[in-house]
Amino acid sequence: MNLAIELPGLSLKNPIMPASGCFGFGREYGEFYNLSKLGAVIMKAATGSERFGNPTPRVAETASGMLNAIGLQNPGVHKIIETEVPFLSQFDTNIIANIAGSTLREYEEVAYAFNEADKVHALELNISCPNVKEGGIQFGTDPSMAARVTEAVKKVSHLPVYVKLSPNVTDIVSMAKAVESAGADGLSMINTITGMQIHVPSRKPLIANKTGGLSGPAIKPVAIRMIYEVSQQVNIPIIGMGGIQSAVDVLEFLLAGASAVAIGTANFQNPFICSDIIDELPSVIEKYGFHSVQEVIGKGIVS
Amino acid sequence: MMLKDKMKIVSTTYIAKDTIEMVLENSNITEFAVPGQFLHIHVGTHTLRRPISIADCNKQLNQIKILFKVNGEGTNKLASYQQGEYLDVIGPLGNGFTMDGETNSTVLLIGGGIGVPPLYYLGKTLKEKGINIVSVLGFQQKDHVFYEQQFQELGETLIVTDNGSYGYKGFVTDVLDQINEFDCYYSCGPIPMLKALTTKLKGKNGYISLEERMGCGVGACFACVLPTMDGTSYKKICKDGPVFQAEEVTL
Ligand SMILES: Cc1cc2nc3c(=O)[nH]c(=O)nc-3n(C[C@H](O)[C@H](O)[C@H](O)COP(=O)(O)OP(=O)(O)OC[C@H]3O[C@@H](n4cnc5c(N)ncnc54)[C@H](O)[C@@H]3O)c2cc1C
Ligand SMILES: Cc1cc2nc3c(=O)[nH]c(=O)nc-3n(C[C@H](O)[C@H](O)[C@H](O)COP(=O)(O)O)c2cc1C
Ligand code: FES
Repeated sequence: MNLAIELPGLSLKNPIMPASGCFGFGREYGEFYNLSKLGAVIMKAATGSERFGNPTPRVAETASGMLNAIGLQNPGVHKIIETEVPFLSQFDTNIIANIAGSTLREYEEVAYAFNEADKVHALELNISCPNVKEGGIQFGTDPSMAARVTEAVKKVSHLPVYVKLSPNVTDIVSMAKAVESAGADGLSMINTITGMQIHVPSRKPLIANKTGGLSGPAIKPVAIRMIYEVSQQVNIPIIGMGGIQSAVDVLEFLLAGASAVAIGTANFQNPFICSDIIDELPSVIEKYGFHSVQEVIGKGIVS
Repeated sequence: MMLKDKMKIVSTTYIAKDTIEMVLENSNITEFAVPGQFLHIHVGTHTLRRPISIADCNKQLNQIKILFKVNGEGTNKLASYQQGEYLDVIGPLGNGFTMDGETNSTVLLIGGGIGVPPLYYLGKTLKEKGINIVSVLGFQQKDHVFYEQQFQELGETLIVTDNGSYGYKGFVTDVLDQINEFDCYYSCGPIPMLKALTTKLKGKNGYISLEERMGCGVGACFACVLPTMDGTSYKKICKDGPVFQAEEVTL
């Protein structure tokens, strides 16, 4: 069974990769299985300098999912290039760097810095983190701002750029088209959906940041709908994510038009989830009458 | 060494109000367990696992004891599991207590409520090393008290309840003046208790075990961090802790 997929900058042996922020830099889950098994690894967001993130509590459980407001805690792009990229590059897999910033300038700086890291294969441009407030600019919800940051990053970077879209918008297709026109090589979708939980005994929002991003199976129908809509309107590939828990879920994303998938929250319940899904994928693809991953992409779209 | 494995429920017993003692069996996880570490337990259809301390470990029988209080949906579900069923567990997780005390030195264990369990395995292990144990255990009220007998077997034990319905009345910090000299203290319990305690025992060599809401439990998601005392860095409770030197972190 051929699980391989070719995407801009990425030769994936299979379409499975852990999602940004849910896998750190691979060190912890690397104690459970050999990361060479993965199609790619998407690293935790990198910002210009070290960020300590939000106060705790940073997570809350919900029905079929969870809220998080980590606040992009990371050691900063230079430390990541120095210590984390070399760790991940020991494995026979692709490395995708997730980049974030509070200003256009910071995005450019971080993207530029990754030019030096010759083991990084692509950038995932995180314009959609709902947990960062600085600058007051919403890169992820205004199509013209999204286009500007995409253009700026494309200009300074040698790497293919996958723009990670926020679902917290009314018109996802216009966001996708805006970043495609600005030069995006691919899309990554979806990021988390803004939510909140009130802790009843204390009568206060449970998460210290008050709001958090909803992830997990609860958001899967939203992700499928958005990928289904967007994949018909753009000519760049989509890395799909949002609530994937099984190989059948992966098939559903491929049918909706994703070319590869990322798995986030499910790692917390089962540290082996990516590995298990890679093992199960061939038989699931076969069970539903397909012969390769490539063949499945977009086959769920009805005219 | 982190493992994901099935643990067989050997027994499950109510030992106090809403408090359950569960004995779990698995040779791989027990082999590596040390006092202060925890298990990350999958319950029902919950997205997130529940962290529960290792309260005792018998390496000959390949058994671990956990003691937990029914607190919300997850622990309620955990309480419903029966003898003979299996739990999906990741463990042992975190760093345990540093145990560098000399023979004949004296250690003070201070536990509050559901912070008491990890101190039992610690106390037992320290006693085997010839260290003297004194324990102060605080509970809400009489029907919440558990493991008094077990701690008595390790050494002098004072019980304190918030309303005085059993033992001394007040908080664990109220009875510390009655304790003679000790060389080192270990504590686990609610944050207000740990704050009061570390302030009162400032300058003493001590270790505290902390709780925080967790995502992954293995160090990958940055959900459970807390700042270090000097404010220039952070620690992950699940990976660098849950045990910290009392002066190392800011509560
Ligand atoms: C390292 C560590 C060791 C622990 N050891 C024990 C123990 O030995 N015995 C015991 O009874 N309890 C222990 N706890 C607390 C225990 O994890 C919580 O009581 C439990 O997670 C509550 O789950 P719930 O579904 O019943 O509550 P809910 O409030 O319904 O849980 C909702 C979410 O919040 C989290 N949560 C709620 N309270 C806590 C808390 N105090 N700490 C961490 N997460 C919380 C849950 O894990 C879950 O993700 C420990 C916590 C930590 C971090
Ligand atoms: C704890 C946590 C941290 C995350 N951190 C990031 C991040 O740093 N950058 C990013 O682009 N997305 C981040 N995400 C979003 C995920 O990458 C993913 O888009 C989202 O969770 C949906 O997938 P899932 O339902 O499989 O988790 C984070 C998600 C979680 C749960
Ligand atoms: S719970 Fe994920 S880092 Fe501690």
